[in-house]
Amino acid sequence: MADLVRVATAGSVDDGKSTLIGRLLLDSGSVPADQVANLEQAAMRQRDRLLDLARLTDGLRAEREQGITIDVAYRYFSTPRRRFILADTPGHFHYTRNMVTGASGADVALVLVDASRGPTSQTRRHIYIAGLLGVRQMVVCLNKMDLVGWSFERFDEMGSELVRYARAVGLSGVELVPISALLGDNIVNASANTPWYEGKPLLELLETLEVRPAGRRSSPRLAVQYVVRKHPSGPSSAPFRARYYAGTVTGGSFVAGQEVVVLPAGRRTRLAELRGPGGRALEEATHAQAVTVSLADDLDVGRGDVLSPPDDQPLVARGLEAMVCAMSEAQPLASGSTYHMLVGRALHTVRLQSLVHRVDTDTLALEDPGPTLGLNEIGRAEIVSDTEVVFDPYRTSRHTGGFVLVDPGSKLTVGAGTILGAFDPEAGRQVVRYRGQVSRFDRCSQGATVWLTGLPAAGKSTLGACLERLLVEAGRPAYLIDGDNVRHGLCADLGFGPKDRQENVRRLGELAKLFADAGLVAVVAAVSPYRQGREEVRRSHEKAGLPFFEVHVDTPVETCELRDPKGLYAKARSGELDGFTGVDDPYEPPAKPEATVRPQDGGPALVAAALARHLGLVGGELEELAAPA
Amino acid sequence: MPSATLSHLEALESEAVHILREVAACASRPALLFSGGKDSAVCLHLAQKAFWPARVPFVALHIDTGHNFPEVLRFRDEVTARAGVELVVARVQDDIDAGRVAEEPGGIRNRLQTVTLLRAISEGGFDAAVGGARRDEEGSRAKERVFSHRDRQGRWDPRNQRPELWDIYNSLRHPGEHLRVFPLSNWTESDVWHYIAEEGVELPSLYFAHSRPVLERSGMLLPVSDLLRPQPGEQVRTETVRFRTVGDATCTGCVVSQAATPAEVAAEVDASRISERGATRLDDRFSEAGMEDRKRQGYF
Repeated sequence: MADLVRVATAGSVDDGKSTLIGRLLLDSGSVPADQVANLEQAAMRQRDRLLDLARLTDGLRAEREQGITIDVAYRYFSTPRRRFILADTPGHFHYTRNMVTGASGADVALVLVDASRGPTSQTRRHIYIAGLLGVRQMVVCLNKMDLVGWSFERFDEMGSELVRYARAVGLSGVELVPISALLGDNIVNASANTPWYEGKPLLELLETLEVRPAGRRSSPRLAVQYVVRKHPSGPSSAPFRARYYAGTVTGGSFVAGQEVVVLPAGRRTRLAELRGPGGRALEEATHAQAVTVSLADDLDVGRGDVLSPPDDQPLVARGLEAMVCAMSEAQPLASGSTYHMLVGRALHTVRLQSLVHRVDTDTLALEDPGPTLGLNEIGRAEIVSDTEVVFDPYRTSRHTGGFVLVDPGSKLTVGAGTILGAFDPEAGRQVVRYRGQVSRFDRCSQGATVWLTGLPAAGKSTLGACLERLLVEAGRPAYLIDGDNVRHGLCADLGFGPKDRQENVRRLGELAKLFADAGLVAVVAAVSPYRQGREEVRRSHEKAGLPFFEVHVDTPVETCELRDPKGLYAKARSGELDGFTGVDDPYEPPAKPEATVRPQDGGPALVAAALARHLGLVGGELEELAAPA
Repeated sequence: MPSATLSHLEALESEAVHILREVAACASRPALLFSGGKDSAVCLHLAQKAFWPARVPFVALHIDTGHNFPEVLRFRDEVTARAGVELVVARVQDDIDAGRVAEEPGGIRNRLQTVTLLRAISEGGFDAAVGGARRDEEGSRAKERVFSHRDRQGRWDPRNQRPELWDIYNSLRHPGEHLRVFPLSNWTESDVWHYIAEEGVELPSLYFAHSRPVLERSGMLLPVSDLLRPQPGEQVRTETVRFRTVGDATCTGCVVSQAATPAEVAAEVDASRISERGATRLDDRFSEAGMEDRKRQGYF
């Protein structure tokens, strides 16, 4: 079975998007004969006798009359290699919200630029939106190349400008194709007019482009959509006692019988039954699969609750930082206003607490937004919900990180947004924090803290150093904070009594948090013997919306003592050292670490690579780099 | 990481099930528009799978033109009874008798259904009506949202549709307004047939090759019946045919075919170069904007 690729067009009005789709459909043999006949009949009435290809997608009367696309049209076609869903979206500024609709589910953005005019403000706005919505791949077609004499210089100049812009807004894969949609050059067949173009024609490019469907690599989630109860009236054909919960799995897999946590309540239970449509028993349910489950415990679960694996939970918060796009002409997004927020299957009542900035999509400058965002304007907002919101940051999951804002009065969809992370709406009641010009999400990388805990001489520093080197080589900024080293400076005033040890861990935690906020992966290697201290560090990270990964370097005390590189165990045994962890002071192992590593797992380089992958610190294109040689 | 991915049909099924469950969760009195045609049969089949082990929480609503194929009516009654779904029938004839609509010249009743449909929705207090329409059918359908809002008069405003992102559907509405919901939006005619074949979805017999008296009118093969008699100059002949859609029996054409099973039909559909409506709907060929105009007024 050919795989499915969702493509959304983008670009300014009159750049030829509908014509291009029409050409793709026609030349790939996807237009039924009667529709071709209709088109040919219409062409006979025109002076130039050229087929009006846009008619194949512009299905509304006003669209045909005005010659513009108003709303997104979906077309379906397949080639022997792939199936495609094409969303032909409007280029007109006024109908940008419909472009957003079409782009929200897309794997590939197909951007058209009129080569005779060059990229416009609307071209950049569409590319920005594609980046914001997490479309990973972009194909830029420089159309109407016949009008600029098939000039390579023109192609190269516009192409490099667009590639620069696309990279700046986070679109990594960009392909450029010189075409004429009207005449068919480089659409299905390579054109004789562009001997300087070495790439593939558009259709072949779309057939072969490597597409990583959004959502599949993130974390498994099951948002409860519907509670299945016995039909309230009439004789029931299948009486049943258990309650069933229906929903669609996103981001990964669930297996029957596995442990899950129900959020936001945080109760743990097991998936007693896992069934597909029609009640077919499943061993495993995967991304995009509709399922029905029953739980091992009798819990109060309703629509909007989220089931997740206990070791990979979504975030729960009332305060959200998000990028929002205003979609209503009559009702701009106003700070201080109340909205319904639809996220996953939940409906929350939220307040748009403040607008942080507005993005100028031409220059990417961040402007003072004033009190409102008008139609099609994009900016960052702080949103506070009446109830706890279960979510993942959008960059890790489209399905649990995107939301829609509905005006409670008109019931209209007035905005949409992508969640960046959580913020603490209670913070700063007493001490008003200074909010800088850039936030964490503007930085070129997103930070996290990896906390390596274990007995002295367990191998924490060695593992930490390997992990740091591997991350840096993979292009991910990282910094090793070694517990021993810190005691020479930042913590030079502290001793080894329980109180000082607690303070030492607190300072390491705060330091790591700052590094993570700055976009680094802070790798902390410290004995940190007490569970409570580590839990406090975890809580403070969670409150700040920063990932915290606790890793137990679980080397048995006998092995540590055998290694004893600094001779500390020997000193402790002889009584030279007091309160030494593992000898006469307890080590409290973590109850639920994100990972546990043991000596038998392999050497430090191998373990570091496995750890980086397991924690999701490297992935996708960086995976090869992380693999052990 | 998921160890498996869904097949194309499994993915379409899951998406449709997701949409049907969304209707049940968000509407207080949903109806499933049920004509007895293949798309509505597939919708009912999907709804039965979506709400397992409970019964389908929808009412089946049939807008009866009075121009029926008898085998379709039998099928309608049998299949809804077996699913345990309440069947509500609203008759176009009642609206004609009450003077709310007038019979059109030529007697085709597809267009008249709009008045009956809106009356049935308002009388039944339905706040969501699920239909089997697909985006691949026709130009204005390709523009339709999955959750499509209708105002108090049942009208569609194609210039002002609600943005619809990801799998989030805004089903909020004022009293008196309703939603039209299309779980098969992303299916093609080929997908529907392959699904019918794979799942063994039951259909009225006229979808499969059978022998029937037909006549040729405006380039289409129309079934001869009490409702459709030959006009002077028209020849009646017997052909082995099947229907691609089921509608008003006076304007629904059939195609010559030997395909007797869903798999054989699916193979024919995949090889066909003519669209479903182009081949078999006389009324859609009147104008390019025919469907959009009807939809604006409240048609399916």
